[in-house]
Amino acid sequence: MNIFAIIGRLTLDGLAALGRLSLFASHALRHLVLPPLFLKNIGQQMMVIGYNSLPVVGLTALFTGAALAQQIYVGSERFNAESTMAAVVVIAIVRELGPVLGGLMVAGRVSSAMAAEIGTMRVTEQIDALVTLSTNPYKYLVVPRLIAGVITLPGLVIVANIIGVFGGFLVATQRLGFNPGSYLTVTMNFLEVTDIVSSLVKAAVFGFVIALMGCYHGYYSTGGAQGVGRATTNAVVSAFILILLANLIITITVFQS
Amino acid sequence: MSTAPKIELSGVKKRFGPKIVLDGLDLSVAKGESLVVIGGSGTGKSVLLKCIIGLLTPDEGTIRIDGQDVLTRSQKDRQKQMSKFGMLFQGAALFDSLKVWENVAFGLIKAQGMGRAQAKSIALEKLKRVGLQSDVADLHPDELSGGMKKRVGLARAIASEPEIIFFDEPTTGLDPIMADVINDLIVECVRDLGATTVTITHDMASARKIADNLGMLYDGKIIWHGSKADIDQSGNAYVDQFIHGRAEGPIKMALRSH
Repeated sequence: MNIFAIIGRLTLDGLAALGRLSLFASHALRHLVLPPLFLKNIGQQMMVIGYNSLPVVGLTALFTGAALAQQIYVGSERFNAESTMAAVVVIAIVRELGPVLGGLMVAGRVSSAMAAEIGTMRVTEQIDALVTLSTNPYKYLVVPRLIAGVITLPGLVIVANIIGVFGGFLVATQRLGFNPGSYLTVTMNFLEVTDIVSSLVKAAVFGFVIALMGCYHGYYSTGGAQGVGRATTNAVVSAFILILLANLIITITVFQS
Repeated sequence: MSTAPKIELSGVKKRFGPKIVLDGLDLSVAKGESLVVIGGSGTGKSVLLKCIIGLLTPDEGTIRIDGQDVLTRSQKDRQKQMSKFGMLFQGAALFDSLKVWENVAFGLIKAQGMGRAQAKSIALEKLKRVGLQSDVADLHPDELSGGMKKRVGLARAIASEPEIIFFDEPTTGLDPIMADVINDLIVECVRDLGATTVTITHDMASARKIADNLGMLYDGKIIWHGSKADIDQSGNAYVDQFIHGRAEGPIKMALRSH
């Protein structure tokens, strides 16, 4: 096959997908502001995204915070800068690791489940059935998931931040001989409002991305079980990449040197 | 009282990529008529149905319902139009996250804003109409057999007493006896409501039972259209080949599945 044909085909496919995603997102946002809202569906989704994700997000934060503290200690010991450990841990967790790792774990759990559920509804004509029953699928399926994602992720990330810092605190006080009181004082002194706000903004953006990718890939899945499988994979992969990209953009914008 | 057809299609074309599925199709269905469209697998029967109901938009042509062109109307108007329609999907397409009665009452609660208690009593009544007792109402769709799913799908389609009902392969996947039971239910329910119906099927036994008139879809067009009584003397080689299920004849089956 001609190399130019391949490049052209890939470019066209890419642009078509981008256009379809933009249309999908704008439809969803339009229905987000127009009544009616399906409150019961929002509540259900908040349980699925938020509450059910607590164990996995909490454990991730605990282990990461603990490992981070150990690494920072070993690294800073060489410059006799062990006293900065608490500050580095809290800033790293709140600014980056809490929201990013929390977002990625939830993406793995939730984007895939959303894509599989909506994808199955697509291939078994349940979405068509919704339309014939005068119910807009964007309103009934997509909007509740987007709202639940944007509301619950910040809550999860607050929990992740606290547990992450606590993981570092455990290693510092139980293993490395830090004084608990002074560790917490340093932690509180170095944490600024900007850190917390940026952490929550990131979480809300990631929540939107997670729900959007799950819904989009499910909504446009075709071709039976195989298609649903493909949609699930694509939802997780694209959510991961978009979360990391969005994180970079927000970090650069908020924390200018 | 006008004699305008309930549903009227003219010059409807629909293509997917290079594949032309509907190629200038004309069709009209009178009020209260039961039209059955027959045709082989992959000939575009489902596409035809989805174009009429508004799940797909044709590339060209007009579709009139009650004399009004539906394609030029706004999204909002089209959604309002949906309340005139009911549809029984091929795989029943029941919402598996909801109980049976919630499925049947879905349109009443979500679209018409009816209270749950009242909607439930109507749902139970419709379930009874299709031969299901109230103990089924609290089950989930995955606990039902194929025939029961079809019954629930039928109950959901007739729940809001629509003027027009579409049946997509109502007997596919059922044993001959259950298929006949479903056919009888369809005929009775439609007669009760006085609804206009369009059914697509390749099951001739079902077609003969349900239809007032038949149309045969081939190569993107309706190649024959007439009353049930005339189908055996259609004088059309394509129709004869199809209704007798012969491999030899003018219809060449594309050797690929739909």
